[in-house]
Amino acid sequence: METTDDGSDRSPTATAAGTPGVDAAARQRQRINHMPDAGTARAEAVSAGRREMLSDRSRKEIKSLAERGLKRPRIGADAVCEALLRQGVEVFFGYPGGVVLPFYDVLGDYPELRHVLVRHEQGGAHAADGYARATGRVGVCLATSGPGATNLVTGIGNAMLDSVPMVAITGNVVSSLLGKDAFQEIDITGITLPCTKHNYLVRDPNDIPRVFAEAFHIAATGRPGPVHIDLTKDALVGVCTAEHPETLDLPGFKPTFEGHPRQVKLFAQEIARAERPVILAGHGVLIAEATEELRELAEKAQIPVAHTLLGIGAFDETHPLSLGFVGMHGWKHANKAIQSADLLIALGMRFDDRVTGHVPTFAPYARIVHVDIDPAEIGKNVAVEIPIVGDVKRVLQALIPQVPAVPRERRAAYLDEIDGWRAESERTPWHGSGAWKNGQLSADYVVSRIGEATGHDATMVADVGQNQMWTARYGGYRRPNSHISSGGLGTMGYGLPAAMGAALGRPDKETWAIVGDGGLQMTVQELMTLVQDHIPVKIALLNNHKLGMVRQWQELVYAGNYHSSHLQGPDWCRLAEAYGVAGFRATTPEEVDKAIGAARAVDGPALIEFCIAQEQNVFPMMPAGKGLSDLLEEQFEEPQQ
Amino acid sequence: MTPTGPTPANAAPRPAPAHTAPPARALPGHGQEHRHVLVAIVNNKPGVLNRVSSLMRARNFNIDTLAVSHTDQPDVSRMTITLHGDDVAVEQAAKQLYRLIDVLKVQDATFDPTVEHEIALIKVRADDRNRGEVLTIADMYKAKVVDLAAESLIVEATGTEAEVDALIALLRGFGIKELVRSGTVVMSRGAGSIEEAVKR
Repeated sequence: METTDDGSDRSPTATAAGTPGVDAAARQRQRINHMPDAGTARAEAVSAGRREMLSDRSRKEIKSLAERGLKRPRIGADAVCEALLRQGVEVFFGYPGGVVLPFYDVLGDYPELRHVLVRHEQGGAHAADGYARATGRVGVCLATSGPGATNLVTGIGNAMLDSVPMVAITGNVVSSLLGKDAFQEIDITGITLPCTKHNYLVRDPNDIPRVFAEAFHIAATGRPGPVHIDLTKDALVGVCTAEHPETLDLPGFKPTFEGHPRQVKLFAQEIARAERPVILAGHGVLIAEATEELRELAEKAQIPVAHTLLGIGAFDETHPLSLGFVGMHGWKHANKAIQSADLLIALGMRFDDRVTGHVPTFAPYARIVHVDIDPAEIGKNVAVEIPIVGDVKRVLQALIPQVPAVPRERRAAYLDEIDGWRAESERTPWHGSGAWKNGQLSADYVVSRIGEATGHDATMVADVGQNQMWTARYGGYRRPNSHISSGGLGTMGYGLPAAMGAALGRPDKETWAIVGDGGLQMTVQELMTLVQDHIPVKIALLNNHKLGMVRQWQELVYAGNYHSSHLQGPDWCRLAEAYGVAGFRATTPEEVDKAIGAARAVDGPALIEFCIAQEQNVFPMMPAGKGLSDLLEEQFEEPQQ
Repeated sequence: MTPTGPTPANAAPRPAPAHTAPPARALPGHGQEHRHVLVAIVNNKPGVLNRVSSLMRARNFNIDTLAVSHTDQPDVSRMTITLHGDDVAVEQAAKQLYRLIDVLKVQDATFDPTVEHEIALIKVRADDRNRGEVLTIADMYKAKVVDLAAESLIVEATGTEAEVDALIALLRGFGIKELVRSGTVVMSRGAGSIEEAVKR
């Protein structure tokens, strides 16, 4: 195989048949508090499903049609099911339609594959995305041609910008009708071309085994990303004789995993010389599963660790060296630390404009070491002094022995200064009391209470907007992949369906979707999926009857011209009840804990409407076009110059 | 004042200099723009040209010329792309091209010793009075006349982009009726081969 010597053994799909080992601990999950009553038939069914999902799939033999007692010929759709099983897919999200019916016709013959019928294809794509982020494995979604396929595009683009491994499958019309404007025909591979890592149009059933093996490998290896497979109807129904390949031939796909030794040596020298180093950890640390190495480096050289929005969870936020989340709405002390650093160690992140602000004033005193697996990210947004192309985990493993241990005393002045800033920036007048101005319920309080109630171990899935920033700032994250958020694309409506996928991927963890009333109205239909598939997502709706972040910008940047940011919503509790989801409401700080407790006690999905202050803003805020040193803060009353 | 001049050989080594901070955080891609030539070896599959051109468009790179052809290997094609940009921006374009699964090898041939050619067909107004003049100019540029009619002729010119530009500028005075250029193709001089580098 072309790609073995570059170290792709880390990848779950390095071989066509490969499946990741599930760690032993995963197999001994403790009993989950949202299980149905023990002894009932439903409890047995749920636990059987979960045992199956957490079992070591690499041992599973994939039964042939004959072994399944079926006499029909093997068609393309069978090859799709086999390929999914070979890749260890346990659950995927789909929506049927005309041209994918041949697939649904055979799907029942593969009971090992759990299909979740979503209510909108966008929900399916986000669910696959949430599943992938919660588990680190490839998420799979499926839709029919035409509108089904175009509905997936937002979710595919979301996965692309956040480097999430996903395989999106669509059907298309029979190949003889391609290009003839047939019913529900659209050039979907043309549409997904710029927002996927790679895509395929498959017309021949015998190409299916190879294409699926390649797609899963490409999606999960190197910098992950979505891969789209468009299958014509004749490819699905045609007889397939091709075997699943054991090796792949992808000469144009050879990610670099090992950092160049010379650069790693320079990296160590930079750390040895630095007086005020800061680590900025990104999503790449989580993707590479390098959280242990990150902690080791930080502790050995006493380097404080900040993280990007998607890097939340890469470093335990209660660790004394943790600075927290940086950027436009990041913690002021973390931003100040970056602005005063003499060495910025950027690990698996891409200098997004929400992190850097105005680039010429970003980290003005720092030399930058940038480690990323994607060479195209090096020098794309910010010129750096020490570029290293490689997998963060392997680079850190090579680096740590070369880094001299630094006692805390040597950095005492520096770390104490940062701690002083931290004490100052965390001192928010209302935070902790639960009441914002005039005693109205404060959103940050809700988020921090959910974090506390769940022991900071739940998977928290944010939507987009103010709720996302509150979730990022106040959740308190200690575990990798416990925070899921749509960072790059900023897709409203992401929260609920992504939480659905995350809950299925990690049934051993409680899953909370923290959403706003705007985003929830975009994908609220997935409440029904939660009920039908008994997916125990708890939804914390931060309802301010506003498009909060839009309103905040209108207040601060557009002189209070609140056009189209006031939002009517339904009676949420009754809506939830109509779907069969338990609904609760909390309007005062005193009711928050009670509502959280009530929702957690529900066996199955539940929704809490938190009626929060309508005009609370997220502070600090870096205005567009400004730098990390130009933060607006809460005292903002008069227009700034 | 810090004394300048050679350090005595027996002087104690100076401590490592304190960190030199960059003068200002540089934005990549704001240097001097000039013409670059990229050679890309790609899989010969349907849609690869679309992937390359779509990527260049999406990443805001403006292609000047693009020439695509087969190579001696049936499953491999070769693209020659010329574009304007500074060195950092074009390096970024090359890196983005590498992200495409179907792109096997990219080389910035701008500063390499290469043979660079393009072909142009130029239909020029020429009648009995000035045909001789046109022929003389074409001859000086080692161009051939490949079609002759009473009131026009077609000049076939090969050479670098600059040479073809110069010839066209001279012929413009006679009136150019039609013009087609193939786009530049380049090949590095010497024994090295970008194609052999990707042979499996």
